[in-house]
Amino acid sequence: MQNTILRMNKLFFKIFTLTIGFSFLYFPILTLIAYSFNDNKRVMVWKGFSFRWYKELFQNEQILEAFYTSIKIASLSATFATIMGVMIGFSLTRISKIPARPFFIFLSSSPLVMPEIILGLSLLLFFISSNHIIGFPSSKGQLTVLISHITFSVAFVAVIIQSRLSSYDKNIEEAAQDLGTIPNMIFWKITAPVILPSIISGWLLAFTLSLDDLVVASFTTGPGANTLPIVVFSKVRLGLSPEVNALSAIIMLIVVLAAISIYFINRSHIKK
Amino acid sequence: MIKLNSNLMIHQYFCLMIRYLKKQNFWFVFTPYFWLVLFFFIPLALIFKISISVSEWGMPPYRDLFSLSEDGFKIDSTLSNYLFIFSDPFYIRSYLNSLSLAFTSTILCLVIGYPIAFYVAKSQANIRIILLVLLIIPFWTSFLLRVYAWKVLLQGSGIINSILIHLGFITEPISMLHNHYAVILGVVYTYLPFMILPLYGYLVKFDLNLIDAANDLGAKPVNTFLKVILPLSLPGIIAGSMLVFIPVVGEFVIPEMLGGSDKLYFGKIIWDEFFVNRDWPVASALAMSGIVILVFPIVIFQLMYAKYNFKNE
Amino acid sequence: MSNSFLEIIDVTKRFGDILALDRVNLKIEKSEIFSLLGSSGCGKSTLLRIIAGFEKPDQGKILLEGNDITNLPPYIRPLNIMFQNYALFPHLNVTNNIKFGLKEENFSKQEINNRVNEILNLLELNGLEERKVNEISGGQQQRVALARCLVKKPKLLLLDEPLAALDKQLRIQTQFELVNLQNKLGITFIIVTHDQEEAISLSDRMTIMQNGEILQVGNPVEIYEKPKNTYIANFIGTANIFNILNKDNQIIIEELNYEIKNINNKNFNKCLIRPEKIDIKKIENQSDNSNVGIVKEIAYLGSYTKYLIEVNGIQFYSFMQNSLVSDNLQIKWDDKVEFKFNDSSIFLFND
Repeated sequence: MQNTILRMNKLFFKIFTLTIGFSFLYFPILTLIAYSFNDNKRVMVWKGFSFRWYKELFQNEQILEAFYTSIKIASLSATFATIMGVMIGFSLTRISKIPARPFFIFLSSSPLVMPEIILGLSLLLFFISSNHIIGFPSSKGQLTVLISHITFSVAFVAVIIQSRLSSYDKNIEEAAQDLGTIPNMIFWKITAPVILPSIISGWLLAFTLSLDDLVVASFTTGPGANTLPIVVFSKVRLGLSPEVNALSAIIMLIVVLAAISIYFINRSHIKK
Repeated sequence: MIKLNSNLMIHQYFCLMIRYLKKQNFWFVFTPYFWLVLFFFIPLALIFKISISVSEWGMPPYRDLFSLSEDGFKIDSTLSNYLFIFSDPFYIRSYLNSLSLAFTSTILCLVIGYPIAFYVAKSQANIRIILLVLLIIPFWTSFLLRVYAWKVLLQGSGIINSILIHLGFITEPISMLHNHYAVILGVVYTYLPFMILPLYGYLVKFDLNLIDAANDLGAKPVNTFLKVILPLSLPGIIAGSMLVFIPVVGEFVIPEMLGGSDKLYFGKIIWDEFFVNRDWPVASALAMSGIVILVFPIVIFQLMYAKYNFKNE
Repeated sequence: MSNSFLEIIDVTKRFGDILALDRVNLKIEKSEIFSLLGSSGCGKSTLLRIIAGFEKPDQGKILLEGNDITNLPPYIRPLNIMFQNYALFPHLNVTNNIKFGLKEENFSKQEINNRVNEILNLLELNGLEERKVNEISGGQQQRVALARCLVKKPKLLLLDEPLAALDKQLRIQTQFELVNLQNKLGITFIIVTHDQEEAISLSDRMTIMQNGEILQVGNPVEIYEKPKNTYIANFIGTANIFNILNKDNQIIIEELNYEIKNINNKNFNKCLIRPEKIDIKKIENQSDNSNVGIVKEIAYLGSYTKYLIEVNGIQFYSFMQNSLVSDNLQIKWDDKVEFKFNDSSIFLFND
């Protein structure tokens, strides 16, 4: 009897904790989405339901252009960062022992612990000096933002690839050779497909890191290279913007759809 | 890093390196490291250089560290930028504010995040996956927009004030924005997933049913927690704490959006020093001191982690 | 010119300062199951990897049906290897794992499907075709690994600890299956193992290796009954090893003070008597028989019982079948027993 009460208490505590926790995580976002349908220029005063701000959002040239720029930079930066992250992962785990391995681990992981404000500042000063000395980059813009984003994303991708490769069974490559695969094809037929999930999650992480970055981009951007966070920040720094509410709702929708599809892909895999 | 005690060791090291390079595809191995040296370490060296340069009007707004004139080679360095920072309580206070913000919010994230991670890890497999997806969704949602959401909520005309007025706790809207409590709230909210996910990663590996069994067998829950669960999840706690602590020290966006003038933070000071005062040497000196100050907590975390590993062996 | 199927001639391999293989010579015949037995680090796995082509010997040659394959890369060698951990491709399902090697050889679709179906039937893997390899049991994984090799119809199949990852029940069952399969297909098997029971029950012939050297080659009976030295005798089964003294033309087992009669060759210094060849019997009264010992330990193991007997300060084992329960069960700890063995069951050797 006492046990049952104890267990009920525990269950209650568990549900209570999870409810409070998840409400804390979701309440602000959901409120934002709810108010994105508010037909009032004053964000917090409810006037009625409308899609007005969505319409205005899709007519806002500045936001659309920034969105396009951000997607472009994020996908390029994620791709380059993934390629280099895979190289680092390989050189630290797979290729015969690299001399002074701790030194290379230090090289590849220090961007992980660098506050973005310092990273942004140092990159900006670097670009200015290098422009001064060798004339490259000729001006700050999308290229400098791209370079900066690749720089801080590489370390994150490298960590993901490294942890996958360290638990990777090298025998499967020998097995493939034994079954007739020529050495040059082993990477494409075995290694790449086996670590593909990690490559994809590394790419996605680099993509979101770039898409999310405000500070480094603010330092290294130039004319014509306003990313979405820069534009959003300039809009909401001092006040509220109903268009940004609508944008939040759309981003939330995309993330939820992505999460649900990943969930179902995983589940169908397990079922099989 | 590497200790090269004698010429012999240097020689051996180079031999090793050359043999290694002959064996491997040079560009495949070294392109990413070249990239990091060029765009990460050289820029850091550069701000160090600027931080010990003398500021002056012009573009760039500092005097070259090395100059070659008729008098010969001259090094024009100064520690005045550092002395300036550390003699002005304004800057020291901003460092302390940032460190205390990082410390407070790390502890709060841990206190809030631990039970959530624990119960999610303890749930049944099919519920656990759904809860995990629910944890990851905010993680993937834009950071800036999540901070903005609190700005909306905490407004004088915001929903929290409305609820409080409706319930009769207050009659007039109170100002909840633009103070350091709002900053802490915003930091805890945005960084909570960074704490929960690594904690979950470690907690889910253990058979938590064993803990239930221990409880049923009469072990005091407090003891079970302190002696079994907590030590087992220490690596997760350390990983999560580092993921929260380090970026929060340099945090700029959250204080800028939710904070007021009651407390100034390190990130904001660098930003202003660079963009508003255009004093590059002082901004660089601030950044360099920031790195030094950050190194201490990281070393402490690493030592704790090493001690933990040592104990386990 | 010899006609052996696989010949390993003077193969030597060093890893740094460690001599992994020291002038190894072996001849393996067609369609036999040959085991390489030894404790870990004896060089058996290195030898297997050299045969498979993953390592190049520093010296020596490998001949397969008379052709030198020493410098042939693994992807051309007409043989296959089954890894200890199976090394199944985690990104492919069962069928695609099995198909992998056939696709590499550009067989027609028809041919591939026929062969895969055939092997799926042979190894009873039907119904698992679409499964991911990490979602099937250990025994099933083992059969997929086997199928993946056999579907290529290799001339020679190398198996690296094929049963080590299975639990005991499954291991015994799989042993029989492996032997049946080999009989059916007639492919030569080379098995690396550290488990002497496995080697004895599986192989037609086997070899014992130590420190990179071949100690003895022979069929399991030869190796068990006539080991070349003490190491082998102890490695396979339980061994009672005694010293031999040659005193005034009498051949005496030193420890037991027992004379062996009717012996031609007298130049041995050791002898082996397997425990199951020593009978013991409880003695009630003091007897004049000199072959008397004291029981120091008894382990009842169902079908037989192990007794540890002490004589003159030395100890040896006797295994008694439990077919005569009443007799055996009377023997207790510290009982005096009379022991007895046939002169023909003594194996004399030099060490």
